[in-house]
Amino acid sequence: MQPANSSFEIVAREDFSDVTFLLEVKHPMLAKAARAGQFVIVMEREEGERIPLTIADFDRDAGTITLVIQAVGKTTREMQQNCRVGTTLFAVVGPMGIPSHIGGKKKVVCVGGGLGVAPIFPQARAWKESGAYVIGILGFRNRGLVFWEDKFRAVCDELILCTDDGSAGIKGLVTEGIKQAVAKHSDIEELVAIGPPVMMKGCAEATRPHKIRTMVSLNPVMVDGTGMCGGCRVKIGDIVKFACVDGPDFDGHLVDFDDLMSRLGRYKVAEKEALERFQESCRIRGDGAPEPAAALDRPSTDG
Amino acid sequence: MAKKKTIRTIPQERTPVQEQDPKERARNFEEVSLGYRLEEALVEAERCLMCADEPCVRGCPVSIDIPGFIRKLTEKHYHGAYDIITDTNLLPSICGRVCPQESQCEGVCTVGETLEPVAIGRLERFVGDMAIKEGWANIPYIEPNGYRVGIVGAGPAGMACAADMAKAGCEVVVYEAFHQPGGVLKYGIPDFRLPNDVIDAEIEKLRKLGIRFECNTLVGRLFTIEQMVTEMGYHAVFIGTGAGYPSFMGIPGESLNGVLSANELLTRANLMRARDFPKYDTPLQPGKRVTVIGAGNTAMDAMRVSMRLGAEKVMCVYRRSKTEAPARVEEVHHAEEEGIEFNWLTSPIELLGDAKNNVRAMRCIRMELGEPDSSGRRKPVPVPGSEFEIETDMVVFAIGTNANPILGQTSKLKLNKWGYIETDDSLATSIAGVYAGGDIVTGAATVIQAMGAGRKAARGMKAYLGLRDSDCVYATDTDDPAGRRFGILADEHNFARVRLL
Repeated sequence: MQPANSSFEIVAREDFSDVTFLLEVKHPMLAKAARAGQFVIVMEREEGERIPLTIADFDRDAGTITLVIQAVGKTTREMQQNCRVGTTLFAVVGPMGIPSHIGGKKKVVCVGGGLGVAPIFPQARAWKESGAYVIGILGFRNRGLVFWEDKFRAVCDELILCTDDGSAGIKGLVTEGIKQAVAKHSDIEELVAIGPPVMMKGCAEATRPHKIRTMVSLNPVMVDGTGMCGGCRVKIGDIVKFACVDGPDFDGHLVDFDDLMSRLGRYKVAEKEALERFQESCRIRGDGAPEPAAALDRPSTDG
Repeated sequence: MAKKKTIRTIPQERTPVQEQDPKERARNFEEVSLGYRLEEALVEAERCLMCADEPCVRGCPVSIDIPGFIRKLTEKHYHGAYDIITDTNLLPSICGRVCPQESQCEGVCTVGETLEPVAIGRLERFVGDMAIKEGWANIPYIEPNGYRVGIVGAGPAGMACAADMAKAGCEVVVYEAFHQPGGVLKYGIPDFRLPNDVIDAEIEKLRKLGIRFECNTLVGRLFTIEQMVTEMGYHAVFIGTGAGYPSFMGIPGESLNGVLSANELLTRANLMRARDFPKYDTPLQPGKRVTVIGAGNTAMDAMRVSMRLGAEKVMCVYRRSKTEAPARVEEVHHAEEEGIEFNWLTSPIELLGDAKNNVRAMRCIRMELGEPDSSGRRKPVPVPGSEFEIETDMVVFAIGTNANPILGQTSKLKLNKWGYIETDDSLATSIAGVYAGGDIVTGAATVIQAMGAGRKAARGMKAYLGLRDSDCVYATDTDDPAGRRFGILADEHNFARVRLL
């Protein structure tokens, strides 16, 4: 009956690539309460920072939630290094945010790119359960980075894979996939997109001429995640909203993505410093995170 | 017993308290006020007239027997003083530090009519700190009554309510969304005003009463208020979630980088320990020229924290004059001593950014005071043509908060038009057995007001549960709504279930 309030056990881990990994965390109450579109805030250890992570899946029977993490900054790198099956996270709190509004539509498109592939999954599943015809569009850099294709096929009526180099599915960005889907289906009622801001912006632009309702899930910088700090404020049309309690889902045609992208970089200097120190300490200890330097060179997919 | 003191025979001067030198303290997070030493406390205690009127007790939101504990001090019976305070207030080290005594107990002190009032807050802190140092904890014998009480929010309101309900014999669980209990005491009030170890020591005392703290629990989303009552077996629930949701002004440039709410700045610096970056991971880009908008206590905290984070210059911008500033006089005074520049009668109209979207300047306009407005304060009006720019690389909004929407989104609680929870006089909400108090009911107020609300709600909850003191008087014509409803005077001052071991 009581929620565990400290020390959240990691019961499974899967690595999709040298930067993307999955953690399954034991938290029966959270698994029971979680709904598509919500997120959690995680602290790896007591001195750590609070980072928001979208809930990628939840298993009410097993009492677990699934998080998919991209190791791009100090905290996520450290989690990549330290989080093993049997270890614990210092804090997991949620589910936060207003659940996605799902239902009442006959045909929807679910778009996931980069870090957004995992969190679009519960949305696709929920839409399928609501009786909608679901078209999934997933974007990856190349075939080697593709994950959860089977899971998506199981809940999507159609699945379009897009890769930068064409090594799997069609060549091009997810916006190419949207073009195909829109050309084939004239009766798409809603599109849901989760991914880097630049991708969500592209999706919103792709649907705007067709007047297809487009929902995006925003993940700006947050501290508490409960509406208290205002760090996650975003511009929706002329109105300022807090993504943590007013979102995280917003109408993509109204979101000011440039503002969002600019604000995502506001702690860049400190973040860079922390990452460099972390990498230095890894080198000294000789237990470095997998190819940290190489990973850094890649274009960041979290904006 | 000494013969009756008069205003002529007591020490005439209020005993000063040792403080860290302003220049030094403006660069560290150590406590500003060092507190009374024993001999200083004894001298100050002698200044209390022990007047029959006891206006101070009425001035205290939780009605501490102030002359009673001061008398124990003059008798050098320190534990006795502690017993008297903890009879009504379990958290003297916190209240002694952060209560606005000048507008409460000290503001109405009889001595204060002629001389400086007795330094009641400093004496309370002295007693509380001595208890922590000596390891005193008044753990009453509590007879469990089988009732379970859930408290939402581990801030001052929740802590005060939890203490009273635990003392009444209830099994109390306090839920907190953050990873540490304490609420605004932890994330908001900086260490140099209220050190974290003092808060932890006071929370430990609550744990000793049998209160359980469950952190990392976002009530409303992990489970709802309704679920607490219907599924989780709570016989009564108290909501003390605080106001939250910080306000901005809606002027151009607010989304520039380097612009943030005081809540964000303080939470990063205090709770998340960004001041100890990189030992702690939470970043905070410290400003060199910091401008804080607003002149309440939160604004003072934001300015003084910025100073300690290494700012070269910290400025306050406030549209009214110093007289109208809502901060405690002592806080403004401390801020001035530490070199903070005050721009009274100044209102920001636009924030200007550089090519990288970082804030670089604030455009302001001078104001003058016109006719009194609805708050009774003279309304500031802009002086035409007086616009000017302040060069700044960090702008902090400390202009108040709005109601946090989470419980409104997730429950059927009745809210007022501003989104705060509606309650009756006993602080009961629209859901039976669910009470609320503190900022989420009244809007932003003080720590002690929140504690007072927590205790008031506890009285209502005890009446609701039918818990009563065997000594209490049966009254049918009292003004107390709880009393009226149950025929019980809700004064639980000597609660029967509590016997000091």
